[in-house]
Amino acid sequence: MEHSKEQVRTFLVRHIGGRTIGDDEQIFASGFVNSMFAMQLVLFLEKNFKIAIANEDLEIKNFASINAMAELIARKNPAITERSH
Amino acid sequence: MTIDSDMELNPQQQKRRAAFREFVDVHVVPRASAWDRDEFVPAETVYQLANAGYLGAVLPVGEGTCDMIEFGLLNEELGRGCSSIRSLLTVHSMVALSVWRWGTETQKVQWLEKLRQGQVIAAFALTEPEAGSDAHAIRTEAVASGDDFLLSGNKKWITFAQIADLFLVFARTQRGLCAFLVERNTPGLVVTPVHGMLGTRASMMGELRLEHCRVPKQNMIGAPGFGLSHIASSALDCGRYSVAWGCVGIAQTCLQSCLQYTGRRKQAGTLLRDHQLIQRMIAQMAVGVRAARSLCYNAGQLRNAGDPASMIETSIAKYFSCKTAAKAAQDAVQIHGANGCSGEYPVERFYRDAKIMEIIEGSNEIQEITIAQSAYEEVAESLTLAT
Repeated sequence: MEHSKEQVRTFLVRHIGGRTIGDDEQIFASGFVNSMFAMQLVLFLEKNFKIAIANEDLEIKNFASINAMAELIARKNPAITERSH
Repeated sequence: MTIDSDMELNPQQQKRRAAFREFVDVHVVPRASAWDRDEFVPAETVYQLANAGYLGAVLPVGEGTCDMIEFGLLNEELGRGCSSIRSLLTVHSMVALSVWRWGTETQKVQWLEKLRQGQVIAAFALTEPEAGSDAHAIRTEAVASGDDFLLSGNKKWITFAQIADLFLVFARTQRGLCAFLVERNTPGLVVTPVHGMLGTRASMMGELRLEHCRVPKQNMIGAPGFGLSHIASSALDCGRYSVAWGCVGIAQTCLQSCLQYTGRRKQAGTLLRDHQLIQRMIAQMAVGVRAARSLCYNAGQLRNAGDPASMIETSIAKYFSCKTAAKAAQDAVQIHGANGCSGEYPVERFYRDAKIMEIIEGSNEIQEITIAQSAYEEVAESLTLAT
């Protein structure tokens, strides 16, 4: 899961003004993201972690922080998480 | 001048482009000016589009599916013939893709095949009288009522509203902005035609008035609060891609028209093609078409790969292609002189249609803001990586 977190963090850094971001920091509350960011994030998660994000995944809690997204990735593709250990 | 030299298409893509081109030459080009004049597209033409499988082309699976390059080529060819018809493909695809991407299994079963086959025509209802570029300002409300929502508000400039059977309507709820599938025959929904637009006059535009339209909760696409950030955003991304390629088609047909016209029109005893100031406009058009097509092709490849960079590259392609089409159409009218201002030549239609492209699916100015912000993000990223 730590590996997933670092990949997500690297992606986020670009869209949040290059500043550091904590595992539990609320990303959408930061006010730094642009109008495309939410869908770019979906595409990143899907491509990078080989998951499909669909209707039932559309909950703020799934995308709120790096920790939340790492948990979403682990649920959707447990193999990714297992390989990173 | 070959129009095939600036991209490496695989055999399947080449084959499909040939089919798209033939369809447009046979079914669209000969009639486009009449549709524009009459502000009307006959049902027969919509049927032909559906019968060719084009109304389901954007869907990633099933009969008629295209890869994103092929979908782009389809938009280019339709844009070459008639931007109004291309806009039908655009809005219908935006809704079909929304159902496929974010719909429930029940919604997919209910609608996708009908959308794919053109049994149901769909329109995208986001814009309002007071909410254009600022979509967050929409006022249409959806109030929960038992197992339903009651939708009330006004939608304006809705492409193909006059014939759409199904609308993807965006509305404000207590839990944020949402998207709803609203059937045309829903009591309380009134569609009023809009006429006299500058361009894409055959896009059968309409205004929607919703007065306590009762829509089942199951008709919501996505989840509350995700209406703009995910459903509209992904649909508009598709729309920008479609419009970008459509603009390549406009610029291409302007170039072709000018090459033909300047090769037979003489002034001061000399063919126009031999005047250097004409050659300058032709050169700018030729370069613009190739550059725009290359940007669209790049965006298409990224879309095929599911790359998150596809969104900003689509925005860049849309921005450049629209400006290219507008400039090409402006110069095409200039080259054609008084003939170009008349209905005897189609360049005046291209000129009016091209202006619309600079406004829809994110105006030039909105694209500039987005693209500049992305450029700053790239700098921030490189500075972070360097420290």
